[in-house]
Amino acid sequence: MVDATHGPDAHAAEFADAELYHPRSWWTRYVFSQDAKVIAIQYASTALAIGLLALVLSWLMRMQLAFPGFLTFIDAAAYYQFITMHGMIMVIYLITALFLGGFGNYLIPLMLGARDMVFPYVNMLSYWTYLLAVLVLVASWFVPGGPTGAGWTLYPPQAILSNTPGQEGGIVLMLVSLILFVIGFTMGGLNYVVTVLQGRTRGMTLMRMPLTVWGIFIATVMAMLAFPALFVACVMMLFDKLLGTSFFMPAVVEMGNLLPHEGGSPILFQHLFWFFGHPEVYIVALPAFGIVSDLISTHARKNIFGYRMMVWAIVIIGALSFVVWAHHMYVSGMNPYFGFFFAITTLIIAVPTAIKVYNWVLTLWRGDIHLNPPMLFALAFIVTFVNGGLTGLFLGNVVVDVPLSDTMFVVAHFHMVMGVAPILVIFGAIYHWYPKITGRMLDNRLAQLHFWVTFLGAYLIFFPMHYLGIMGVPRRYFESGDISFQPPSAHDLNIFITVMALIVGAAQLVFVFNLIWSIRHGKPAGGNPWRATTLEWQTPETPPAHGNFGRDLPVVYRWAYDYSVPGAAEDFIPQNQPGPNPPHEAPAMPGGATS
Amino acid sequence: MVVAVVLVLIVVGSVVFHFLSPWWWTPIASNWGYIDNTIIITFWITGAVFAAVVLFVAYCVWRFRHKEGQKADYEPENRRLESWLMGLTAVGVAAMLIPGLFVWGQFINVPAEATEAEVMGAQWQWAYRLPGADGKLGLTDTRLVAPDNPYGIKPDDPNGHDDVLIEADYLHLPVGKPVKMLLRSVDTLHDFYVAEFRSKMDMIPGAVTYFWFTPTRTGQFEVLCAELCGTGHPYMRGGVVIDTQADYDAWLAGQQTYAQLYAPEVLKTANLD
Repeated sequence: MVDATHGPDAHAAEFADAELYHPRSWWTRYVFSQDAKVIAIQYASTALAIGLLALVLSWLMRMQLAFPGFLTFIDAAAYYQFITMHGMIMVIYLITALFLGGFGNYLIPLMLGARDMVFPYVNMLSYWTYLLAVLVLVASWFVPGGPTGAGWTLYPPQAILSNTPGQEGGIVLMLVSLILFVIGFTMGGLNYVVTVLQGRTRGMTLMRMPLTVWGIFIATVMAMLAFPALFVACVMMLFDKLLGTSFFMPAVVEMGNLLPHEGGSPILFQHLFWFFGHPEVYIVALPAFGIVSDLISTHARKNIFGYRMMVWAIVIIGALSFVVWAHHMYVSGMNPYFGFFFAITTLIIAVPTAIKVYNWVLTLWRGDIHLNPPMLFALAFIVTFVNGGLTGLFLGNVVVDVPLSDTMFVVAHFHMVMGVAPILVIFGAIYHWYPKITGRMLDNRLAQLHFWVTFLGAYLIFFPMHYLGIMGVPRRYFESGDISFQPPSAHDLNIFITVMALIVGAAQLVFVFNLIWSIRHGKPAGGNPWRATTLEWQTPETPPAHGNFGRDLPVVYRWAYDYSVPGAAEDFIPQNQPGPNPPHEAPAMPGGATS
Repeated sequence: MVVAVVLVLIVVGSVVFHFLSPWWWTPIASNWGYIDNTIIITFWITGAVFAAVVLFVAYCVWRFRHKEGQKADYEPENRRLESWLMGLTAVGVAAMLIPGLFVWGQFINVPAEATEAEVMGAQWQWAYRLPGADGKLGLTDTRLVAPDNPYGIKPDDPNGHDDVLIEADYLHLPVGKPVKMLLRSVDTLHDFYVAEFRSKMDMIPGAVTYFWFTPTRTGQFEVLCAELCGTGHPYMRGGVVIDTQADYDAWLAGQQTYAQLYAPEVLKTANLD
C-alpha cells in the first residue's frame, strides 16, 4: 500500500543504494549468476534439454508397444527403464523444474516489481543443485545395470529386488538424484515464498498479484510441505537398499531365497510417496492454472472473470490436495474404509477446480479474442484439462477406480491432465514471454504448425487410449498382444497411437528450432507486444536489465486485469499507471485503497 | 473460424467415437454390474459437461474473435452466476459420488455366506489354496516358504493340513456362490485381476488383502497381474474357471491337500493324519 505522503521519488531514493548483488565478470554474469532471470533461463534450458530425453524415451516405448521386436535392443528390462525414466523426468525434472525454477524465477520478481529474489545466492545454489540432480540421474545410464526400471512410483519391495533392472546402481542414483532435487528445490522454494511475501513493490497487495504469481506461490508452499515426504521416503529406501534396514521391506522370499529383511511395510512407502505425489499433481497444475488465466485475460483483452474466486480456488485446491493422496491407493490393500474418506475429499476438489474452468470460459465471453499462439495454447489447455479432469472423476470415485486402476485408462487420464494440459500451458507461456526474455517474437507460422500438430495429435493419442483401459488392458505391460479379451483391432489402435506419438514428438523439434532461430532472426518485439498490464511488460529495457526496473521501482495503482476499461483511452491500463481507482476495486478488492 | 470448427469437431468426434468404439468392456461375469452402472452414470454426466464447456468455448471463439473496432466487456465478477455454477457442480458431483459410495459399501462388506479362496503371488506365477473340509485356511508365514512347503503353511496349525493346494493350474470356483478372495504375496507387490470380474486388489508381502465377488456365468477367464512386479510382470498369467456346482465338485475331488502333497514331518510325528 502506498503512503499518500510519499510519492514514487521518495520511494526510488530509498532503493537507490539498496543492496543488490552486481556481477563483476562474464562467469558471474552468465554462469554462476545470482540474477533470477539468468537462473530462470538456466533452469528452463536444463529442463527442456532433459525433457528431450524423456521425449525420445516415449518414442521408444511406443515403438515397442506398436511394433514389438522391431527395435531389437528393447527387451523387457530396457522397456521398464524407459517408462520409469520417462515418467520421472517429465513429472519432476521437466515440468516441476520448468514451472517453478523457470517461470517462477523469471516472473515472480518482475511481476511483483522486485529487483530480484530476496536470497540471490541461495537461488543460484538452487539451480546448481538441480543441475547436479539431473546429472546424477543421467549418470544412472552409465552404471552397470543401467537406470532403475521400477516404474516412476519406485514401489518397494520391487524397486530394490533383483528382478528389477537397475537394481545394482540405478536405483541408488535415482534416490540420490531425488534427494538432491528436493534440496535444490527447497532453496529455490524458500526464495519464491519469501519474495512473494516480502519483495512486492509499493501498492502490490496480495489481491493485486497476477494469478500467475498466485499459482506459482501456492504451488511452492505446497511443494515445501510435500517434498519432505518424498525426501524421507528416498532416504529410508536408500537405507533399506544400502544398509539392510527394513523400513519398507517385509520378509521376502525371492526366487526361493529368503532375504535378510523382516517387518517392514511396503504400503508405508506408498503413503509417503503419494503424500508427496498427489500435491505434486497440483504443484504442476496450479502454476498452469495461474499462467493460463493471464494468457486468456491478456489475449481476450478482458479482465479475468471472478478474480477473487480464482485466488480462493487456488488456495482451497492447494489445501485439499493434502487430504486426497490415498485415492492413488484404492486397490493397494490399505484399509478399505479409507476409501469413503478419500473418495469424498477427492470429488470435493472437483468443485473449486470446476469454478476455475467456468471462470476461464466466462472470461472469453464477450471478450475481444485475439487468436495469437498463447491464446491457441490456452484454448487447447481448456479442452485437454477439462477432458483429463473429468476422467479424474472416474478414478477418484473409489468403486469406479477398482476396474480402471492400473489400466491404460489411468495412463490416458494422467497424461491428459498433468502431461498434455500443463505442457500446452508451458508452450503458451513460452510464446507469450519469449518476446520479453529475448526481445524478439517467435515465428508465427512455425508456432501455428507446432500448435495444431501438438494439440490435435496429443488428443488423438490419449483420448482413444482410455478405451483400451475400459476394456481392461493393464498398464506397464512390455507386451500386451496376447491378452485373451483383446480383439486384434486393439493392436491397430496401438499402432495409430504410436504413429501419432512420433508425429507429435517431431513437431517439438519445430518448436526447438523456432526457439533457437528466433533469438537472432525473430521480429523485434518491442517492450510490450501483447499490450499487457502486468509489470514485467513495463520494464524500461527489453530484455529487462539487471535490477529489472532501472532507477525507480514501479508503484502499483491497480489490479492486473484492467483490460477494456470503459472510458479508458486504450484497451489496457498497466498496473503502474496512476489514475482513479477502477470502479470495481474500492468496494471489491481487499486492501485496494491507494493514493 | 477454423479454431471454432475444430473445437466442435472434437466434441462431435469424441461422442461418435464413444458410441462406435470397438474397444469396450468385457462381458461381465460377476455380480459387480453396479460398478458398470456407476461408470455409465459417470460417462453421461462428464460427457455432458465436456460437450457443454467445449461447445461454449467454440461459440465464444466464433462470436467474440477479434474484429476491427471490437471492444471487450468489463465485468470483474458476478456473484450470482458463480454461486449457481458452484451449486450445479456440487449436485453433479454428488450424483456420481453417492451411488459410488453406496456400491463401495457393498464391495468391502463380505456376505457371511461367502467361502474363502486364497491366491498367492510369487514371481511370476499364481498359486491357489482352498480350505479343506474344516472350512478354515491354515496360518502361513513367508519365512517358512521352502521347496517342501511352497505356501509357507505353518505345519503346527491343524487347520492347514487339509488345505487344498492348486499349484501351476487354474483355480475353479462354483457359479453363483459368493467367494472371498484372500490375497497374499511372498516376494513383491502383485495384483490379482480378472477383467470380467470388475474387481482387483493388490497383494502385499507380509499382509493379507481381500475382495469378494459372486461369479455369475460359467467359463474360463484370464488372470492378469496388474501391479508392476519386475521384468516378468506381463507374463504373470493364470486362469480362473467358473464351473457348475457338479463340475466343481468333480474337479475338487481330484485335488490334493497339503498333507497329501508334502506330508510334513510335524504331521507324521503328531500322528494327526
